Amino acid sequence: MNLNFLDFEQPIAELEAKIEELRHVTATDELNISDEIARLQKKSHKLTESIFSSLSAWQVAQLARHPQRPYMMDYVQRMLDEFHELHGDRAFADDHAIVGGLARLDGRPVMVIGHQKGRDTRRKLFRNFGMPRPEGYRKALRLMRMADRFGLPILTFIDTPGAYPGVGAEERGQSEAIARNLYEMAGLRVPIIATVIGEGGSGGALAIGVCDRLLMMQYATYSVISPEGCASILWKSAEKASDAAEVMGMTAVSLTTQGLVDQVIDEPLGGAHRDVDAAAAALREALLRHLGELDTGSAEDLLAQRYQRLLAYGRYEEVE
Amino acid sequence: MSWFEKLLPPKIKSESSAVKRGVPEGLWDKCSACNAVLYRAEVERNIDVCPKCGYHMRIGARQRLDRFLDAEPREEIGENLRPVDMLKFKDSKKYKDRITDAQKKTAEKDALVVLEGKLKGKPLVAAAFEFGFMGGSMGSVVGERFVRAVNRCMENNIPLVCFAASGGARMQEALWSLMQMAKTSAALAAMGKRRLPFISILTDPTMGGVSASLAMLGDVNIAEPNALIGFAGPRVIEQTVRETLPEGFQRAEFLLEHGAIDMIVDRRDLRDTVHGLLTLLHPSS
Repeated sequence: MNLNFLDFEQPIAELEAKIEELRHVTATDELNISDEIARLQKKSHKLTESIFSSLSAWQVAQLARHPQRPYMMDYVQRMLDEFHELHGDRAFADDHAIVGGLARLDGRPVMVIGHQKGRDTRRKLFRNFGMPRPEGYRKALRLMRMADRFGLPILTFIDTPGAYPGVGAEERGQSEAIARNLYEMAGLRVPIIATVIGEGGSGGALAIGVCDRLLMMQYATYSVISPEGCASILWKSAEKASDAAEVMGMTAVSLTTQGLVDQVIDEPLGGAHRDVDAAAAALREALLRHLGELDTGSAEDLLAQRYQRLLAYGRYEEVE
Repeated sequence: MSWFEKLLPPKIKSESSAVKRGVPEGLWDKCSACNAVLYRAEVERNIDVCPKCGYHMRIGARQRLDRFLDAEPREEIGENLRPVDMLKFKDSKKYKDRITDAQKKTAEKDALVVLEGKLKGKPLVAAAFEFGFMGGSMGSVVGERFVRAVNRCMENNIPLVCFAASGGARMQEALWSLMQMAKTSAALAAMGKRRLPFISILTDPTMGGVSASLAMLGDVNIAEPNALIGFAGPRVIEQTVRETLPEGFQRAEFLLEHGAIDMIVDRRDLRDTVHGLLTLLHPSS
């Protein structure tokens, strides 16, 4: 089995394997085989289109965590002209699950902050699987305050299973670190654009997610709890994660229908990992457009609009 | 067993259920911590603190506010708000039915009660979470009531006191419940800018999304003795780190030791302490 393919992509994987096989015999009998390859590639493309046209929420959740999915730095390298990583919270440590720094987007200085996951075992551990500890959120806040001071727009990239549930994290005030960011971000006098590029896991995501614009990559997810967590609490069984994913409405499409997301950025066929350059270009274009829109007003307008946006979250009934 | 009870270590579970179900309406009560048999009227006089060992039993939002505020005047804020099931959320049970059951069980419409009143003559707004209502979970109504509490404070230039008791965000409202964290925190930021004090009182238990938003944002954070307070539930942490958690982990005393809260105050002293703090921070109201 090819690790690049998820369970529901197996029919595509089989076709691709066949194509790969044929490629190796090309040298002997060129003509017929290249026709056959073209035919199979067309078939594979069609099959991918058909499978990806009706993905379940659970399938999207798997794509959001795909081992080949582009992470924050994959986008940063492609979208930004310059990037100077800035380290540390100045109090305790440098959290590798959150990366931040000064960057240039289309010639314009910006502050970039995001969750970073690792690709192989060693780097996964180094990045703590993208699960920040309090010092990560405090580093993020330090950089956001710097951005506020120097008038730089803030771009955040969300991709975390959640804030790290560990003893040290609790000792150092995980709750307070998240809460403080929510409090402070409401008052930053520069535009904030948050993009969910992979997993948007709960308070660990929101702690860098208070924003003027919320964007989501097509196969990203955003939820109050992981589908597994939700299933084990409400169904008493992690096996029901697919049901939980469905009912929580955690996909970009569902959240747009709910009115919580400003723009969904289409991913290349088969997901962002199939063509990272194209995904990064699409995201870059969207960021530039929203930045342009947010540029027009004064800081006071920006703050007033953000406040209204935050206070409008909620669905309830009001009786006489 | 509900989801929030599952969050708690077994010891606490048996304690709270013993308190609640052991001797419900009788003349006598039994302290689940020291097993002393207690005269119910005396327990009530002590605001459900064991007169023998000082154990703080859980109490409901109404009783909490009733014993905290002056008898007069009182005006409820946001009582006309009702939860809605916008996602038609259904797990082993429908959210709609969970709401109805919780409303019957607690006689509340949702998990936060807000009253404008006075504390020793000092006007303020006081809010309290009802843990019996779906684990005090924060959904849209809780968030909106909290914001209206803040708005009333800003209109009348008075301070806010909130008693937290919650398992966290309400999963049945999915991402909307997460956004209540941002909403309530933004309101508190607006209030802070006006230099109006917010005293946060963390009671047993204050976890997850409530802990990681409004509850930790007090100008002064006060906890009740032995209250369980934290972000991740102890069980989740145990599963992650695969070791037994140290004694007293995530208890009020642990938080004080680690600098997360300003003080631990006995429930029976809260009126005096909070009044003292508010008089210092905001003499004019």
